[in-house]
Amino acid sequence: MALSRNAHKLLLIAIAVLFAVYIYSAGAWADSHAIEELLTWMPFILKGFWINLVISVLAMLLGTVLGICLGLLELSPLAVVRKPAYFVMNVFRNTPWLVILFIAMFIFPFEFSWKGRIIDIPNWIPAIVSFAFAVMPDIAEVLRGAINSIPRAQWESAASLGLTRGQTLRDIILPQCVRRMIPPWMNWYAILVMATPLASILGVQESLSHTSIAMEAAGSDPEFLIPFYVFLLGLFFLYIYPISLLTRRLERKYGYIS
Amino acid sequence: MSILSFTTDFFERLSLEHGWDFSVFYDSYDFDQFMTGAWISLQLMFYVVIVSLIVGVLGAWLQRSRFRTLSLCITAFVEVFRNTPPMIQMLFFYFALGSLTPMTDAGGYMEPMISAFGWAVISLGLFGGAFNIEIFRSGLDSVPQSTIDGAESLGFSKWQIYFEITLPLALRISYPSLVNNLISLAKWTSLGYVIGVAEMTLTLRRIWSLQSNTVEMMMVLFLFYVTVISFISWILHRIEKKLVLPGYGE
Repeated sequence: MALSRNAHKLLLIAIAVLFAVYIYSAGAWADSHAIEELLTWMPFILKGFWINLVISVLAMLLGTVLGICLGLLELSPLAVVRKPAYFVMNVFRNTPWLVILFIAMFIFPFEFSWKGRIIDIPNWIPAIVSFAFAVMPDIAEVLRGAINSIPRAQWESAASLGLTRGQTLRDIILPQCVRRMIPPWMNWYAILVMATPLASILGVQESLSHTSIAMEAAGSDPEFLIPFYVFLLGLFFLYIYPISLLTRRLERKYGYIS
Repeated sequence: MSILSFTTDFFERLSLEHGWDFSVFYDSYDFDQFMTGAWISLQLMFYVVIVSLIVGVLGAWLQRSRFRTLSLCITAFVEVFRNTPPMIQMLFFYFALGSLTPMTDAGGYMEPMISAFGWAVISLGLFGGAFNIEIFRSGLDSVPQSTIDGAESLGFSKWQIYFEITLPLALRISYPSLVNNLISLAKWTSLGYVIGVAEMTLTLRRIWSLQSNTVEMMMVLFLFYVTVISFISWILHRIEKKLVLPGYGE
């Protein structure tokens, strides 16, 4: 039994209310010490969350471009192009994102010289690149799935009208794919946002590292752990849940079956 | 543990003469660590997959309960776990909930009741389980009502209908999405790193910071996961071909 749209809204509100009640009651229970600290540090954590959003948006844009290129290579009639593209897709798809992040951060230069001056590259830039490469194979698969879902008859009728393969792809197939790709693409964006805290392992200053810093600066009281982490989880939830609701709505609307 | 002597020699020569330091393949201490890391990684994958499947089947079953509160609770669980970062979930479980669990006497020193490995299994099991509930739910929804009616008219009990008719059919229908989720779950086990589970990522990270052979160890790390995950995915896809339900999909 799938819940109706209203029930989902209700659920979102219920979770938000529970979250607020929790914060309030935890405050009352712990002499509002932890909550006071959380309120003090909230702007700092939110500033970190902003970095998560920047990383996720830019990585998704780059990852989409890379993924579409890879997906198109996978469709090439030439085996010399298609086979390596498949190989690359499979290798990236079977590697944990954390491992991709480690490798990319290691390979990527941390400074470069320009007109004799040494310029530092902030470490969120390699993080963006590695998340883009991590999501690339999945976007390629989304594209491939969308193209495969277009009836073969369309290719055949385009060919009978004298269109070349490139023309068929550009003018007939791909425009129809865009709509079909949107729900799974959004799904991958949500997953990418959920992966961005991984960047904190490599020293990128985002919401998770800001939370740890805040807890330490406030005195490393174990009482902080639950409210601070719950706040952070709630922050991500409030951003990602509406995206996944919209994804499901579009899935129903476009009748896309993944 | 002994290593075949000629591979040891080969990697030792590679290190001395060419500077490619694959210490895990000739140094017996590093080799032991490597094998332990690999074993822990594989165990983690196994247990996480099992826990997530149990959570998925139970959750999908409870979600269909007549009690609205219960099914709403399951839905809330699914939505919260599907839409928050698994890494923060894991930290929350290990640090926040871990600090609340009682300590047990482990022969002279006190140890938390649930180890880091245990918390990794619990948190990733619930994360993957939340996705599985959703996958099984849509599988259960696509079992035709007429099949259930037919079973009822043959005198099957509710319990029998669920476990002998609906669930096996639902499993076969939802298997392709399940495979994707389990593979992605196996990849997320590298998150054990963040709470100090000595799996492959953490083990090799330790080795490369001691031996400063980062490039070589990253190659090993990369190859380890590509091999293991490709193997798992190959097996699961082979089963998929056998389980395809005639008339569904394809």
